[in-house]
Amino acid sequence: MRCALARRRESDPMHSTPLKLVWLLATVGLAGYLAFTLASPGADRRFFQPGPLTDGHHQIEIACESCHTPFGGVRQEACLDCHTAELEAALDSHAASIFDDPRNAADLDRIDVRACVTCHTEHRPDITAPMGVTLPADFCAPCHETVADDRPTHRGLSIDTCASGGCHNYHDNRALYEDFLVEHGNGGPETFAGVLPPRETRVSWDAVERAPLTAADADVPASALGDGGRDSFAGAPLTAADADAPASALGDRALIEAWAGSAHAAAGVGCADCHRPGGAAWTDAPALPACAACHELEPEGFLAGRHGMRLAAGLEPMSPAHARLPMRPDARSLTLGCGTCHDAHAVDVRRAAVDGCVACHDDEHTAAYADSPHARLWAQELAGEAPPGSGVSCASCHLPREPRRVAGGERIVVEHNQNANLRPNEKMIRDVCLRCHSLQLSIDALADAALIRRNFAGRPAARVESIDMALSRRE
Amino acid sequence: MIPGLLGACQEGLAGSKLVDMSKLLADLCLRAFALCLRAFAVVALGAVAFGCGGGAGVGGDEPGGISPQVMADALHTVIEADRAVYARHVVNRLQDEEQVIEASEHWQDDRALPLPAQMFRMGAELAAERTDRFRYALLSTWPVNAQNAPKTEMEAAGLDALAADPSRPFYGTETLGGVDYFTAVYPDVAVAEACVNCHNAHPDSARDDFAVGDVMGGVVIRIPMG
Repeated sequence: MRCALARRRESDPMHSTPLKLVWLLATVGLAGYLAFTLASPGADRRFFQPGPLTDGHHQIEIACESCHTPFGGVRQEACLDCHTAELEAALDSHAASIFDDPRNAADLDRIDVRACVTCHTEHRPDITAPMGVTLPADFCAPCHETVADDRPTHRGLSIDTCASGGCHNYHDNRALYEDFLVEHGNGGPETFAGVLPPRETRVSWDAVERAPLTAADADVPASALGDGGRDSFAGAPLTAADADAPASALGDRALIEAWAGSAHAAAGVGCADCHRPGGAAWTDAPALPACAACHELEPEGFLAGRHGMRLAAGLEPMSPAHARLPMRPDARSLTLGCGTCHDAHAVDVRRAAVDGCVACHDDEHTAAYADSPHARLWAQELAGEAPPGSGVSCASCHLPREPRRVAGGERIVVEHNQNANLRPNEKMIRDVCLRCHSLQLSIDALADAALIRRNFAGRPAARVESIDMALSRRE
Repeated sequence: MIPGLLGACQEGLAGSKLVDMSKLLADLCLRAFALCLRAFAVVALGAVAFGCGGGAGVGGDEPGGISPQVMADALHTVIEADRAVYARHVVNRLQDEEQVIEASEHWQDDRALPLPAQMFRMGAELAAERTDRFRYALLSTWPVNAQNAPKTEMEAAGLDALAADPSRPFYGTETLGGVDYFTAVYPDVAVAEACVNCHNAHPDSARDDFAVGDVMGGVVIRIPMG
């Protein structure tokens, strides 16, 4: 005689053999699929994320291995692999090496500042503040609570305003340290006519003298030259070696004319230099390595920034479709490489300075640029009414010309990591703002979010008192 | 781990009837847990073995090893000599005597020489990157940087002892962050005009009356004891 429980089991559909089999197969299948996905670099693994990533990392969110070591957590080296250079350049005020000394053991018990993840925890948008900081805003307190004892000017200031009021940064204080404030904060006009230093673009073969090329030198098949063929251009004929480009290389006359007027043609760089890099087969769309073969320094910044970090992580290139910032709907299909901003054939740096940006970006700050004082200066420079370097384009601030130490001295190089001087934005002061503005105006403006949205049309709403405080200590 | 789990799966599926899934899952979990435990035990044993073999401090348990005090004294001799050479023959000579180049706290910005205290600190940090056998730092009762004031009881006692009698180093032991240290504190003496001129004029300095030959602070050397 069967008991009631057994009868109930028999009547339960989940205890029938076929359903058990289906359930088992479904479970094993799902587990297998998830395990395969998790172990497949390049697969969309957002399903496994405990929460969305910060704005600085979401571009590479499916490249889990960029940060995570399988069964090893997030190693400090994973952060440093990408961020060491900028921390060193920032003369990091709180370098981990400072705190390793055992005399700091008591401080480290309260907050272990040697590990990046102590302050920058990922996947926690609920507690993430600007700069990816996931600590409460009074994180300076454990070590600097008594600052007013040494600095009477700081009496009454709230400890949660150290890094949020335009006065201090945790890592980069190159434009904010006391002696700098004193040196640059003492009088002088708020705004003056400055110019950016000229770019000192150099390429790896710059020692090689090449003769300038013209459209007639375009080393593509004759069929690519359009009506009239090569005879329609003045100049020397192509060499036979260049005539083996595939049919896919057929271009149009406008491209060749754009190239013929470019710095590339003037420098003797022909079609094959980019389209057949290193003598390889012809490619219609040369990738970054073709550019990097000659332009050594610029790709490094591009790959470190939000535009290029997907490429650096081995993913498909960044696209406006992936962006969190507002982008123009008609730009969603674009992908980011050198040619996206520079125009592959005209390679016009002026186009890359503004038009390349506004072709995609569609936020308040971008929209306000056209009517800004900076844009007026840029228009004057373009019209030839003002000297080169006096206009202020998007690139003047976001792709700044910076001195870079190279063998044999310094060179002015365009930093192609457009985000490098925005985290935090006081990084922009030294190489950008101070070219034309006082330190006081620069600090005040960068601390005013509303003014930034208006693209600096108007004046800062408040005065940051750090310079006054620094000067008062020297009286 | 994988053979164990696979074995469990094969057993579960091999029977003529399907076993109860909850039983199978429980079995799987148990096996996985047991395997994890085994792996953990192996790792823990390895760590213990490694700790026993490599965790000894200076001199270790070997008879006739160098005592922490001898090692600290030797380290200090080198540190003090290099520090004096840099202060006298680089900074004081080039900045104060020949006036060729200045030394500046912001030496990168000013394209200047690092201050002797910065030189000391950079060396200490670089050494710490390469070894955890010892650590050294420069302290003072009158520091320019408040973070270089004495922090531990031993540091305070050491600087007090040197103020009373700078002719002898101060030795002691302390536990920091769960590690026992042999701690030695040596007097740091102003060896050149450059030292006193800078400290007396610095807005963050607590004293403006240092003279050459004064004890301006102390060098602390810590050696972890196994």
